[in-house]
Amino acid sequence: MPHRTFFWFILPSALAMLVFIALPIVSIVVQSLYVEHDRVLVEVENCGPFGCSKEVRVDAAATAELQREEPLGRFNGLATYTNRNHLAFDEIGAAWANAPDIAEFAGEILSLPFYRALSFTLAYTAVVTPFVIVLGFLIALAVNMLPSLLKGPVIFVSLLPMIITPLIGSLVLFWMIDSNGVIGATIQALANDPALSLKASAPLTWITLFVYGIWHSTPFAFVVFYAGLQTVPKDTMESAMIDGASTFERVRFVTLPHLSPLLVFVGLIQLMDNFRVFEPIVGFNAEANATSLSWIIFNDLRGAGTPLFGSAAATSTLTLIGVSILLTPVLIRTWRDFTRKG
Amino acid sequence: MTIAWKTAITLGALGLSTGVASAACGIESGSVRVLSNDFPALHDVVEKAKECAGDGVTVTANQTAEHESLAVPALSANPAEYTSHFVANSSLQPLLSNDLIRPLNDYIETYGKNISERQKIKIGDDVMVIAFDANAQHLFFREDILKEAGIEPPKTYEDVLAAAKAIKDKSLMAYPLTGTYKAGWNLAEEFVNMYLGMGGEFFEPGSAKPAIDNEKGVAALEMMKSLSAYMNPDYLTFDSNSVQAELESGSAAIANFWGSRYGAVVDDEGSTPEIAGSIKVAAAPTVGGGTIPATTLWWDGYTVAKNISEADAKATFIALDHGASAEMANANPDAAVWLIDGYEPGPGAIGVLDSMNQGAKPYPMVPYMGLLHTALGAEIVDFMKGEEDAAKALADTEAAYSAAAREKGFL
Amino acid sequence: MTAQTSRKAPILAILSTAFIVLWLLLAAFPFLWTLWGSFKVQGDFFSRQDWMNALSGTRTIAETGSAFTGQGYYGAWVLNDFWRSAINTGIVTFFVVVISLTFGTLGGYALSRSSFRYAFWILIAALIFRAMPHITLVSGYLLPFFQLNIWGYLATSIVVLVAINQPFTLWMLHSFFKSIPKDLDESAMVDGCSRFQAFRMVIIPVMWPGVITTGLFSFLLAYNDFAVTATLLTQENQTMVPKIASFLGTTQVQGNVMYAVSAVVSATVPLFILVLFFQRQIVSGLTAGAVKG
Repeated sequence: MPHRTFFWFILPSALAMLVFIALPIVSIVVQSLYVEHDRVLVEVENCGPFGCSKEVRVDAAATAELQREEPLGRFNGLATYTNRNHLAFDEIGAAWANAPDIAEFAGEILSLPFYRALSFTLAYTAVVTPFVIVLGFLIALAVNMLPSLLKGPVIFVSLLPMIITPLIGSLVLFWMIDSNGVIGATIQALANDPALSLKASAPLTWITLFVYGIWHSTPFAFVVFYAGLQTVPKDTMESAMIDGASTFERVRFVTLPHLSPLLVFVGLIQLMDNFRVFEPIVGFNAEANATSLSWIIFNDLRGAGTPLFGSAAATSTLTLIGVSILLTPVLIRTWRDFTRKG
Repeated sequence: MTIAWKTAITLGALGLSTGVASAACGIESGSVRVLSNDFPALHDVVEKAKECAGDGVTVTANQTAEHESLAVPALSANPAEYTSHFVANSSLQPLLSNDLIRPLNDYIETYGKNISERQKIKIGDDVMVIAFDANAQHLFFREDILKEAGIEPPKTYEDVLAAAKAIKDKSLMAYPLTGTYKAGWNLAEEFVNMYLGMGGEFFEPGSAKPAIDNEKGVAALEMMKSLSAYMNPDYLTFDSNSVQAELESGSAAIANFWGSRYGAVVDDEGSTPEIAGSIKVAAAPTVGGGTIPATTLWWDGYTVAKNISEADAKATFIALDHGASAEMANANPDAAVWLIDGYEPGPGAIGVLDSMNQGAKPYPMVPYMGLLHTALGAEIVDFMKGEEDAAKALADTEAAYSAAAREKGFL
Repeated sequence: MTAQTSRKAPILAILSTAFIVLWLLLAAFPFLWTLWGSFKVQGDFFSRQDWMNALSGTRTIAETGSAFTGQGYYGAWVLNDFWRSAINTGIVTFFVVVISLTFGTLGGYALSRSSFRYAFWILIAALIFRAMPHITLVSGYLLPFFQLNIWGYLATSIVVLVAINQPFTLWMLHSFFKSIPKDLDESAMVDGCSRFQAFRMVIIPVMWPGVITTGLFSFLLAYNDFAVTATLLTQENQTMVPKIASFLGTTQVQGNVMYAVSAVVSATVPLFILVLFFQRQIVSGLTAGAVKG
C-alpha cells in the first residue's frame, strides 16, 4: 500500500491515539523525572470546632513563586525510580549486606511495596493467561459443536462473567465466598474445616483472585476463538477428514494453525490486561495480601488527599517497561510474521 | 435513609426545586456550583441551598465520591468549574496549599451573622471553611450481651479486651469484637485513633519529619493486635459495610465505629428488633492510661473558590449559609451531628458529642498527614498479619512516608 | 461438520457437552444468584448469619411481608433516576462503538495491507499505549480539560473512550483483516478500483463478523467503564456504572447495596438482547462463505 493511501486510512485512529495517549505518556515520563519544589512551610494557629492547635501549613504564595520560575519542579533524574517506594536500590543493597541467608533476603525484598506488588502481578499474569487461552479455546470448540439453536443462549451465558461490571461482580462474589456466604460455606463443608476462610490467608486470597481472573477473562478468549473458528476453511477440514485425520489431529493440524494469529492476539491482550490487574484487588478487599502495580498507582493517586503524581508516573513508566519486556517474545514472533508476509 | 430525603433528592435532580424563594436569601444574581462528597448530610445542605435559586441565580451540584480527585484541577481553572468544594479536615489541605479558596472573614461579617464561633475553621487569622457537621468513630456495644457476661460498658480499651474475653469465655460469641481494619485507609485510621489516644505526636514540632517510631507507636500497634485476636479472622478485609453487618447480624458485640452510621445500624433494616434495640453508643474508649478518647474528630464544611467572580462568590456564600442553617439541621436531625447553633441533638449524637467533650483530638490538619496515612495503611499490615514486629513496621512506615514527602517537597 | 463429528465420536460429544454444561454453570451461577437476590433485602442477600436466608428470605419476609420484594428496582429506577444514567450510557456506548469501529476498520485495514516497517512499529506503539494504566491517563486529562472548559460533557468522554479503545480495536481488526486474503482486494484493484473503492466494494461486505466481534468488545468497554466516566462526567451526565458505584455508600455512610444489585441486573438486559441479535449475524454472516481461501 502506498504511503499516501496508508496515511489517510490510519489518520483518524493515529490522531486519536496521539492526542489522548501518546502525548500524555510523554508528559508522564517527563513528570516522573521531577519532584516538587521544597514547600515553604509556616506554623500557624488553626482553630475549629474542636479547639485550637499550632499546626504547619504550606505558604502557598511563596511556593507558587518557586513554581512560576520552574513549573515542572526540581529535576530529580531517576531518583524517584530508585527510592524506597519504587525500585529501592539502597534498601536492597542494605538487605543484601545484612541478611544472613537468601530466604531472609527474599523476605526483606518482598516487604518492599514495589516488589510485593510485582510478585503478585507476575504470578497473576503467569497463572491466568495460559488458563484463559486454553479454557477459551476449549469452550469455543465445544460451543462450535452445538446445534445452532442452542448457540445463541450459550454464547450469552458464556459472556456473563465478562459483562457484569467488575465493580459489582466482585462485590457479589466477595460475599459469596465469605465464610457465611454460599460458596464459602460450601467449600468449608467440602473441606470439613469450619474455620477455613478464603480471605484470611495470603495463599488462599491469591488463589481466589486467580480463579476470579480466569473466570472473568475466559469469555473474551472464547468469543475471539469462536469467531475465528467460523473462518476455518471447510475444504481443508473436509480433505483432512477424508485423509482419516482424527478429531484431535484436525484441531492440531488445521484449526490451530489457522487460528494462530488470533492466539497471538489473545495472548498479547491477556498478558497486558493481566499485568494491569487492579479491579479484583479492590473488589475483594484483598489489599492486605495482594497488591499489584496498578493498585500502587491507584493508591498514589487516590490514597492520600494530595495525589503523588511523580510517584504514580514512575510506577506507570515501570509498568510500561514491564509490559514491553513481557511482550518481547510475542513481538519477535509478530515481527517474523510481518516480515515474512511483507 | 428516609423516603423524605430520597424524594428531595429526586426532585432536586429533576430540577423541580428551582424555587422562588431567592428573595429570602437576598441574592441578586450569580451562579452557585457545588462539588462535594456523596452522602445524606451534604445532600441536605445542598437541597436547602437550592431554595435560593431563581431569578438570575442558579444552584447546581456534583455530589460524588470522586470529589477529592476533581477538586484541585476543577478549582485551578479560571474561572473555576465549581464555586464551592465541601471539605473535611483531611481534604482541606490540597486547596490551601494550591491557594484555591478565599478567606471568608468579610462575608461572615456582612452575611453570616448566624455562624457560631465553633463553626469557623481558622488558619491563622483567616476563616477558610465554615464547618457544619461533626463525625467520629466511637463505641458501639450490645447492652444485653455485656449484661449477660456480667460486665459494665467499657471505658478503656483494656476494659474492651476484658469484656471480649468474658464474652468469649462464656461462649456468647466466637468473635466479640469488630472494627474497620481493612488494609489501607481504614487500618491506618485505626492506628491514628489509637496513637492519639496514647498521647502521641505524628511529627516533630514545626517540621514534616515523622515521629511515630516510639513506645507510644509500638503500644498502639500492640493494642490493635490484641484487639484483633477477638475479631473474625477476615478482619483485614473489613470496611464499614462489613462492620455494620457484623453488628446488625449479632456476630459482634463491641466496635469503635463511625457515628454517622448510627442511624443505619439501629434502624429496622438488616437486623432484628432485639439486636438493634440493644445496641448502645458511648464515647470512644481511652487507652494506655491516657485521658482522652482514642479517636479522631472530623468535620465537614464549605469553602468558597478563589478563581471566580465576586458576584458568584457572594452568591455561593449566601446560598450555602442558607443551606447550612439551623432550620435545615432541625429538619434533618439524624442525618449528622450538626455543629450549627440552635440544633437539638438526637440520641445518636451522644457518642460523637461525648467524645468531643472528653477532649478527643481532631484529625491532624497538616499538609503531609495524608502521606503518612497512606504509608501507614500499607506498611502496618505485615505487623497485623504477624509477619514482622511493631518497631520494624513503624520504621518501614517512616521510610515509605519520607520517600513520598521528599517527592512532594516537604522534606 | 457438527453432525459428522457427533456421529463419529459419541464419547467426544458427551465429553464436550458435559464440559459446556459445567462451564455454563460456573458462568451463570453468580449471575443467577444475583438475579434471585435482587428481589430480597440486604439482610438476606448479604446475610452474615446463614446464606440459606438468601433462599428462604427470612429478613425479606420480616421487613416487607413477602418473600420477594421489588424495593431494589423501585429504589434504583424510580427514586434515583437510574433511567437517566441508562440513557447516558446508551448515548456513550453507541457513539463509542460507531466511531471506534469506523476509525479502527480504516486503520486496521491499512495496517494489514501495508508491508512497510512503520506499519509494524505503529502496531507496537499502539500496544505500548494500551499498557498505560487508565487511571494515570485520566488524572492527566483533568487539568487541561477544566482549563479548556470541555470537562463534564458526554462528547469529551466519548472521544477519550474512543482513543483509549483504539489500540485494542486496531489490533483486533488488523488480525481479522489479515485473515481475509489479499488477492480479494488486489484483484479488484487490478480491475481498476481505487484502494478505497476496493475496500468499500470487496472488503466491507466480508468484514462484518470481525467488526461485530470487535464491536462487542468496544461496547463492553464503554458500557463497563468506570475510570473514565466516573471522573470526566458531571452528575447529570453520569453513566450507569458510576451511578451504580454511588449506590454503594462511603466509609462514613451506608449506601444502598440492593439498589446497586438491582441496577446491575437491569443493566444486563440490553446486553442479552444485543448478544442474541448479533449472535445470529456472526454465525450466518460467516458460514455463508464470506471467506474463500
